[in-house]
Amino acid sequence: MRSLRFILLFIVLLAPTASLAVRPDEMLKDPALEARARSLSEELRCMVCQNQSIDDSEAPLAHDLRVLVRQRLEAGDTDRQVLDYLVARYGDFVLLKPPLRTYTLLLWALPPLALVAGLGGLILMARRRKTVSVHPEALSPEEQARLATLVEPAGSDR
Amino acid sequence: MIPELGHYALVLALGLGLIQSVAPVIGAQTRDGALMRLADSTALMQFFFVTLSFGALAVCFMTSDFSVVLVFENSHSQMPLIYKFSSVWGNHEGSMLLWVFILAIFGAMVAAFGRNLPASLKALVLAVQSWIACAFYFFILLTSNPFLRVAQPPFEGRDLNPILQDPGLAIHPPLLYLGYVGFSIAFSFAVAALIEGRIDAAWARWVRPWTLAAWMFLTLGIAMGSYWAYYTLGWGGFWFWDPVENASLMPWLAGTALLHSAVVMEKRNALKVWTMLLAILTFSLSLIGTFLVRSGVLTSVHAFASDPTRGIFILGILVLFIGGGLSLFAWRASMLKQGGLFAPISREGSLVFNNLFLTTACLTVFVGTMYPLALEALSGQKISVGAPFFNLTFGPLMLALLFAMPFGPLLAWKRGDLLGVSQRLIAAFAVGLVAVGVTLALKGVHSIVAPFAIGLAFYVIMGSAVDIAERTGLFRVPLATAGRRALGMPRSAWGTAVAHFGLGLTLLGIIAAGTWGTERIVAVKPAQTISLSGYDLHFKGLTPRPGPNYSAVVGTFTVTQNGNVIGVMEPYKRSFAARGMSTNEAALMSRGFGQLYISLGDSEDNGAVAVRVYYKPLVLLIWLGAVVMMLGGALSLSDRRLRIGAPKPARAAKPAKTALQPAE
Repeated sequence: MRSLRFILLFIVLLAPTASLAVRPDEMLKDPALEARARSLSEELRCMVCQNQSIDDSEAPLAHDLRVLVRQRLEAGDTDRQVLDYLVARYGDFVLLKPPLRTYTLLLWALPPLALVAGLGGLILMARRRKTVSVHPEALSPEEQARLATLVEPAGSDR
Repeated sequence: MIPELGHYALVLALGLGLIQSVAPVIGAQTRDGALMRLADSTALMQFFFVTLSFGALAVCFMTSDFSVVLVFENSHSQMPLIYKFSSVWGNHEGSMLLWVFILAIFGAMVAAFGRNLPASLKALVLAVQSWIACAFYFFILLTSNPFLRVAQPPFEGRDLNPILQDPGLAIHPPLLYLGYVGFSIAFSFAVAALIEGRIDAAWARWVRPWTLAAWMFLTLGIAMGSYWAYYTLGWGGFWFWDPVENASLMPWLAGTALLHSAVVMEKRNALKVWTMLLAILTFSLSLIGTFLVRSGVLTSVHAFASDPTRGIFILGILVLFIGGGLSLFAWRASMLKQGGLFAPISREGSLVFNNLFLTTACLTVFVGTMYPLALEALSGQKISVGAPFFNLTFGPLMLALLFAMPFGPLLAWKRGDLLGVSQRLIAAFAVGLVAVGVTLALKGVHSIVAPFAIGLAFYVIMGSAVDIAERTGLFRVPLATAGRRALGMPRSAWGTAVAHFGLGLTLLGIIAAGTWGTERIVAVKPAQTISLSGYDLHFKGLTPRPGPNYSAVVGTFTVTQNGNVIGVMEPYKRSFAARGMSTNEAALMSRGFGQLYISLGDSEDNGAVAVRVYYKPLVLLIWLGAVVMMLGGALSLSDRRLRIGAPKPARAAKPAKTALQPAE
């Protein structure tokens, strides 16, 4: 239901007819420039779609943005300049990788914080446990021998 | 008549559900065996009536009864029978009915097969199941009734959304729901155990088959959805980090963590509190997934606000079950005694590591999915969180987890020997390094990460082989002995190795297809040829082809490799008159584990047609790996402890009737 639902949304929202995302006529002659355009397109959101990049989207708006990116590249912009230009026009919403701002701090910080906090908690717990002694005394030779008769030679994993 | 019967059956199921919500709880409190056993009968009868209700809706769809609003809006008399059937759940109301139908199946299975559960635990589990069921019966009956009629039946239906007219709709949603709803059993067991305040290793053994089964279904369901999106959406991607996909990934991550922590609980009686929490969280995430998709909150925060009835109702269900479950946990968890000490470097330690990374990964997906919604609701600020974010955050977590994975099964319980295990993994390290070297030699140093990821995949795959070799003593003892040991090895050990192997395959597929796939986007005229990755695709032209409820335009390509014809590929576009929409059906040709992929675009005025052509090496491994993971789960499910059951006081136990008898 999940993915069909989002497929459905794409269709209902933006694509009355199925066509391709990147069209042959919008591609640049220079392969190096076109490659840069493609990788930039993957970072940019088609703003009328649900989390789709303009590289994947069939929406007319995505087409316009792809053309715009290529125009900027042909005019000699660096990748950074192209992104800045688009952000100036459309805001941070256009970037699929949200930039670090005060209001995105939590977004970027939470995953590493959770990992560190989890690790810290585990270490703390392990420390507290250590006082309970995890290391039992070594077996005496007699006990070793008795153990050997009790345990089958290969030793299963249980 | 039939829709009314279905509606009435659902109301009866609700009545039974209400009885089942209360009576067994009183029975468990007062030690009244009859009241506790009542839950068995009501669970079976609920199953009967929900089946009746679901069957009634299915009959409405199959017979194209357009007097039912839902059928009118989502079906068409000319549709093939399979789509008429699968369109039962190709809409909101029907999919919710499918949800409760599957819930009823699971409830009936606990009632029927949970014979050796303690009576009070079983009664409470069934009661909790029924609380969930009642919440959803109310939701369906009050806000999403699938059986509503129109006064003057229209002559023809509005057709099912064309994009859903695909075999994928028949398979993907039921599998996904089996997974989601299956985790409700783990939730019910956790809540029941917390109410009773008693929990031990046997609990983990009872829950194990249910969690495993749900996990298997969810794994396969997600993989199927991914493959469906891959061949339908026309640009060859298989995962988009779309909120709706994330909604299914989160329960999978939490469920995978639950499977692993339950092992520690079962074998070593440790991590009990944590396992309880995971059981509650996993099902909570399933509910959140339902909320995200069903409430319309994803499309826009404002869409949710404009028609909030359903959304508010689901939000209420969420608060009730997640909030209630977690409160109960906070209140009662301290009663659980911790047992089973272990050193950090041990099998238990490795499973804790697994849980830490899986839950952090799950949290990352959760934050990435919910943050934009929360931010927009709170401050009006709009941001996008897409694939580049998840690649940067989720990716490294998974890579670290995969690197540690082969160590886990080789470490001893209680206290392991990291150096010793590293030495035993030397073959896996070697194979991984060779893979890195070969990849670099063949493909050059264009990408730094990809060759190492390929090496990691081979190391993981080899790691599970080492696991088997170590357990059987292969190469150290005579082959016959090793073979005998392999046969005698617990099936769950095989399951672990096979599932981990599958994960390695999936990683291999993702990296290879993503890094070395080739693509041509061109406009071709008939008799022109497109060349890519050593294949020549000769375009013959477009031909019209009529379908039952659509008309199609088919492009024909003859595929040759080194001058030899190896096949014909026919991508096509379907146009549906009823909705004025068209869909794109890519043509796929498998070459080994790779695939050629052609997708048709718009026709141009000069007779040319735009096409997208891909060659994706090893792409099939992505989904094959998921299938292998599921088979690993199946092997594990067939382990003898399922048949033998949990340890219990000696009494005349009836022998199990079938090998696949759950809940023992």
